[in-house]
Amino acid sequence: MRALSLFWLAAALSAGADDTFLIRGAVIHPVSGPSIENASLLVQDGKIADIGLKIVVAKGIKVIEGKGLHVYPGMIDSATEVGMSEIGSVRETADVSELGDFKPQLRAAIAVNPSSEHIPVIRANGITAAMALPGGGVIAGQASLMYLDGWTWEEMTMRRDAAMVLSFPAINTFSFSFTEGVVRGSYTDAKRNYDRRMKQLREYFESARRYQKAKAAGGPGFKTDLALEAMLPVLEGKVPLMVSAVRERAIRDALAWAEKERVRIVLTGVRKPGNTLADLKAKNIPVICGPTQALPMEEDDSYDAAFSLPAELHRAGVKFAFGSFGNQFSRNLPYQAATAVAFGLPYEEALKSVTLYPAQIWGVDQIMGSIDKGKSADLMITDGDPLEVKTQLKRLFIRGREVDLESRHTKLYKKYLARP
Amino acid sequence: MKLLCFILAVPAVVWAAPPVVVQNATVITVTRGAFKGSILVKDGKIAEVGEKVLVPPGAQVIDAGGQYVMPGIIDAHSHIAADSINEGSVSVSSMVGIEDVLDPEDVGIYRALAGGVTTANILHGSANSIGGKCQVIKMRWGQDAEGILFEGAKPGIKFALGENPKRQGMPSGVGRRSQGTPDNLRYPGTRMGVEDVIRQAFNEAKQYQQAWKEYREKSARGEKVIPPPRDLKLEPLVEALEGKRLVHAHCYRADEILMLLRVADEFGFKIKTLQHVLEGYKVAKEIAAHGAGASTFSDWWAYKVEAYDAIPYNAAIMLKKGVLVSLNSDSGELMRRLNTEAAKTMKYGGLTENEALSLITINPARQLDLDNRIGSIETGKDADLVIYDKHPLSSYAKVLKVLIDGQVYFDRDKDLSERDKRRLEKNRLLEKEKQQQQQQKKQGPRRPAA
Repeated sequence: MRALSLFWLAAALSAGADDTFLIRGAVIHPVSGPSIENASLLVQDGKIADIGLKIVVAKGIKVIEGKGLHVYPGMIDSATEVGMSEIGSVRETADVSELGDFKPQLRAAIAVNPSSEHIPVIRANGITAAMALPGGGVIAGQASLMYLDGWTWEEMTMRRDAAMVLSFPAINTFSFSFTEGVVRGSYTDAKRNYDRRMKQLREYFESARRYQKAKAAGGPGFKTDLALEAMLPVLEGKVPLMVSAVRERAIRDALAWAEKERVRIVLTGVRKPGNTLADLKAKNIPVICGPTQALPMEEDDSYDAAFSLPAELHRAGVKFAFGSFGNQFSRNLPYQAATAVAFGLPYEEALKSVTLYPAQIWGVDQIMGSIDKGKSADLMITDGDPLEVKTQLKRLFIRGREVDLESRHTKLYKKYLARP
Repeated sequence: MKLLCFILAVPAVVWAAPPVVVQNATVITVTRGAFKGSILVKDGKIAEVGEKVLVPPGAQVIDAGGQYVMPGIIDAHSHIAADSINEGSVSVSSMVGIEDVLDPEDVGIYRALAGGVTTANILHGSANSIGGKCQVIKMRWGQDAEGILFEGAKPGIKFALGENPKRQGMPSGVGRRSQGTPDNLRYPGTRMGVEDVIRQAFNEAKQYQQAWKEYREKSARGEKVIPPPRDLKLEPLVEALEGKRLVHAHCYRADEILMLLRVADEFGFKIKTLQHVLEGYKVAKEIAAHGAGASTFSDWWAYKVEAYDAIPYNAAIMLKKGVLVSLNSDSGELMRRLNTEAAKTMKYGGLTENEALSLITINPARQLDLDNRIGSIETGKDADLVIYDKHPLSSYAKVLKVLIDGQVYFDRDKDLSERDKRRLEKNRLLEKEKQQQQQQKKQGPRRPAA
């Protein structure tokens, strides 16, 4: 046994480490800058070490022939339930929404099942990292930025507290339930509910501030409170609040509230921003675009309202990234971006909003989001434009390690294609 | 009534459609290749297709230089334009039909049109083992309920297998426990029960068919006999037995698919299409042998247990194993981009461009027995055409114009140019309502409360 492991060790050393290799002769699309034809890319110890027309490397290094192929940075999905929910309709497999209204101490990362069948399915379309979002209540908990590769959730975690998820109170006069469809309620009830929620939210932040002071003062009676403790990075501006606000009124409310509370926010679920775009730009507030492939909200909205929203954000100078807001369609993230291109978003912007921009929004652009020296080698090799549906992903690397592209789907495909 | 429809429909076509020529486009015929050329439309039908066609005097010319024209998309499974879709109180609801609840003012019609869809089969829901009757419609936005009917389309009926029809018999899952009292349970609660409901219904239908046969024979011989009482539930099933009504069956798992094929064999009728049929790839051989078509999703999966083995290669495997396959939406949203859904079968399973496009055009037309009318660009067929700015299988393609029966029903430029006008109109109406409300406040309630 011992001799055998020694043998393997030697073999591994002689072949070079798995996360060190050279891609040669491909079109490299750094995303942060212009594409380079017939170029090479050196990955060393899982990081991008060099990009250029000619790179001299030590003998024996693994070489990947990239002729006719394209190299892009891996994509980042800014809103998913990846690993937190397996089969939507089966309660036992869903760990997204916890009970209670204020639970900032909850951490999405630990509920990400690394064996979820969704993970290989999603990454087979070039998505290398995803925000796993908790849901429910007002403050749902901490969203975690996860690499879509790892033996454990710990290995997958890129940033456990990438954002704090806040469902901003809104005046909703209708709700949807599976048994009853769209249920309309009265404005008075909705307003009362909204006022109550807003009051709770203000009070919660007040108590978090009091807790912050008490902790700083360090008096003898101070006791740790796990929920309020989790709010400290938010109050200190270290962790942004991921605030869902759909319509103009809710967005205005959220902006005013964030200014008053002096917290950093990222807006999500924006559908009808109305006249708030100039404000978003002025205040430098980024947006996670809700599913672009969606119906208009109102009957009299333009048929392409959701398709053209990203272009509208871009024209207004608002920074944004795409999210799939689920599991099932996370693999279609690039096509959300492509639909936005069909309806006016410049192509380069679309590509950036699934790579570089989410990295910037989540504060990890020193590490991922583009092909630049020193960044993590999260790379996809394709036979063409990754936003085009028919493009095939050939190989995928996460932190320099090649990832298997097989999934539940490819296995079933092969098995049943071969059925006599 | 039928006669009246006919009289109304004929002049409508003649008056409303002057000759149209779509010029200089890349014409994707689906059945006869693609080429740069033009299409002449007369009286709502495709009159000529070729590299050059003669433009008749007075023709409306649409210059589609640099653009792509393909047959109107056919969605074999939709629920738009229906006021209600599930008569869920009984396990066999073949007496009800979508035709009676069509809403021609559903904006979903316009949105589908804007996504290149010209025809859709509007189905009853999946709450019952044997559901209601379906209705094929054309997206003739602006016309009334009779105006959107696909005239002459063969009638259909919805069946449903698996989780949905048995849900009311064995409630479980989120929010359903509270309903699980014995009082409101509805048979069936298992896949065994679903088979039983279908067999019982067809057993009855056979007897009903026989009773009528005997009656007709006897009265033909001049015997004085009382006709059997009419049964509106069994009539559509007899039509299904006689091949006059197409059966479209919602299904997921391989076991239930095979069950239905065998029940159909037993009673001597055909399943026209299996709908969703997410595990169709596991029994493609059996489906092909029965001659059923399959209409599936491109990549939906894992939203419920019976969708956990769904794979995006389903369409490709079934097609390769000889099944007539189409892609459908079952969604007013997805319906608007079936072109890129088709493109996914090139990614997953390596279908050719033409195979991919046939999944949303000629194949669903065949599944509805309407391939003599729609589904490809051929002389004599209905001039239902979609014009895209880019190749329709590209993620970046956008619908520019849609013609139905040779008439432009969607024009993106027109839609864009009318948006300001519509906004002003809306503001004017809102303002008017506000003023009326203020007026009413001043005047107080019109009548004292009783």
